[in-house]
Amino acid sequence: MTLLSIEGLGITFGGIAAVKDVSFSVRPGEIVSVIGPNGAGKTTLFNMISGVYRPGSGRVVLNGEDVTAMSPHLLARRGMCRTFQNLQVFQSMTVLENTIAGYHLQESGPVLADLLHLPASRRRARAAEQGARELLRRVGLERAAEREAGSLSYGSLKRLEIARAMALQPRVLLLDEPAAGCNAVETEEIDHLIAEIAASGVAILLVEHDMKMVMRISNHIVVLDHGEKIAEGDPATVSRNPAVIAAYLGAEHAAG
Amino acid sequence: MSELLQFLFSGVTVGAVYALVALGFTIIYNASDVVNFAQGEFVMLGGMITVFAHAAGAPLPLAALLACLGTAALGVAMNKLAIEPARGAPVVSLVIITIGASIFIRGAAQLVFDKQIHSFPAFSGDDPIRILQATILPQSLWVIAGAVAVFTGLWLFFTRTLLGRAVLATSNNRLAAQLVGINTPFVMTLSFALSAGIGALAGVLVTPITMTSYDVGLALALKGFAAAMLGGMGNPKGALVGGLVLGLLEGLTAGYISSQYKDAAAFLVILGVLFFLPQGLFGRKSTDRV
Repeated sequence: MTLLSIEGLGITFGGIAAVKDVSFSVRPGEIVSVIGPNGAGKTTLFNMISGVYRPGSGRVVLNGEDVTAMSPHLLARRGMCRTFQNLQVFQSMTVLENTIAGYHLQESGPVLADLLHLPASRRRARAAEQGARELLRRVGLERAAEREAGSLSYGSLKRLEIARAMALQPRVLLLDEPAAGCNAVETEEIDHLIAEIAASGVAILLVEHDMKMVMRISNHIVVLDHGEKIAEGDPATVSRNPAVIAAYLGAEHAAG
Repeated sequence: MSELLQFLFSGVTVGAVYALVALGFTIIYNASDVVNFAQGEFVMLGGMITVFAHAAGAPLPLAALLACLGTAALGVAMNKLAIEPARGAPVVSLVIITIGASIFIRGAAQLVFDKQIHSFPAFSGDDPIRILQATILPQSLWVIAGAVAVFTGLWLFFTRTLLGRAVLATSNNRLAAQLVGINTPFVMTLSFALSAGIGALAGVLVTPITMTSYDVGLALALKGFAAAMLGGMGNPKGALVGGLVLGLLEGLTAGYISSQYKDAAAFLVILGVLFFLPQGLFGRKSTDRV
C-alpha cells in the first residue's frame, strides 16, 4: 500500500532543470532516503514535495489525494509534516510550548470557550501538555522542557523539531538532514528515534548526508545526480551500483 | 489639589485614547513584526464614518457599529492589496508600505468625506461629573471603559485562546507556524481586521471630545506609537500602561508648563525610551541566535 507517491516531479530555475522527472513511492512504516552529491537537487525535491516550491511538472499524491503545491499548513492537516535543515523552531518560546504548538490542530476549540476558560478548553490544554511532555521524554528533552528553545544546543533543537512534528501525529514525516551538524552520539540518538517512529507506522522520507546513517536505517534509497534519479533500491543494491559510485567518486573509480 | 486632579483626569482620558491606538499597533506587530503607521487613519475613519452615517440618518449606535465594521473591512483590504503582495519583503519595506497606505487613506478620506471638522453628540450627555473638586465628562468615562475593555479582551485572547497563541507563533516564526498547521495568511487577515476595528472604536469614543477631521490620524499614530514603544512593543499590558503614562505626562505638561509643549512630551518619551530602555517597560527580551 502506497501512502505517498511522487510522480514525475520536475522543476526548472532560469531554464536549467534542477530536478527532472523523479518518481518513487513511500509505504507506511518505511524509511526512504534521498541521497546524492551536493547540488543533486535533494532539497529542491523536498521543497516541491512539501509545497514550498510549485513543481513545473508531475504530481505529489498523498493517500490517494493530489496535494501538489499545497501550502504547508494544509499538508500538516492531511498528515504530512517536515523538518528543516536550518531549523524552524519558535526560538523565544520554551521547549514545552514549542511542542504544544504541534498540538495546535487537535487542541482547537471554540474561541469563546477558550476566552471564558471553560472546563472543556482547560481539559484540551491539559491533554496537549501531557502529550507534549510524553513526546519530549521520547526524544530525551524532558528535563529541558521549561528552557527557552533559543538556548538549546543544535542537536537538541533537531530533536525538538522532530518532537513538534510528531505532536501533529503525522502519517508521513519528511526529515531534511536530521543529523546535520550533530556529533556521533547525537546522530545515533536521532537514528534510534527515527527507527522508532517508523516502527510505529509512520512513513519517513529522509534527506541525509551521513552515509553510514542512511545505509543503517533506510529500507529504500533513491539516488539523485544532476536532478535525475540514477538509481533506486535497498541499501546493499544501491551501494554496489556503478552509476552511484561514479556519481559520488567520479567516473574513473567506477571504471576501474 | 483640585487643579492636579483636573489635569490627571484629562491626562487619563487622552491616555486611554493613546492606549487604544497602541493596542491596535500591538496586534499587527504581534502577527507580523510590522509597525502599522496607518493605525491613526483607522481612528480617523472610525470617527468620520460615524459622523457621516449619523448625518445620513442612522442612529448613533448603528453608525458606530458601521464605522467599526467598515474600518475592519478596510484593514482587511489593506492587508490583501498592500501587505500580502509584498510577502517576503523585509519588515522595513512593509512599514514603509503602511506609511504609503496611511497617506492614501488620508487623501481618499479628504475626497470621500470633506475637509471640515466634525463631531457628534456625546453618548451620555455633556454634563460634567463632579469628583472631589474636579470634573470629568461622561464621554471620558466611555473612553476609559473602552480602553480597559479592549485591553482585557486582547489579554485573554493572546494568553488563553489557541487563535491568539497562533498569532504569537506566526510572529515568532512564520514557517514554523505553517509547519504546525497554522493558516498564517488567515492570521494576518484577522489581525488587520481586529486592529482596524479597535482603531475605529477609539475614533468613535473620542470624537465627541476632540472632534475629528480627515487629518487627525497622523498625530494619533505618532502618539500611539510612542505609547507602544514606552510600554514595550507587542505587549498589551505595555500598550495600556504606556498610553496612560503618556497621556498623564501630556496632561501635566499642558497644565503646569504650557499646552504649547504638550506634544513635545510624547517625543521626549520616544527619545528617552530609545536611548535608555529600547525594550520598553514590558518589552520581551530579544535574543538572536548567532
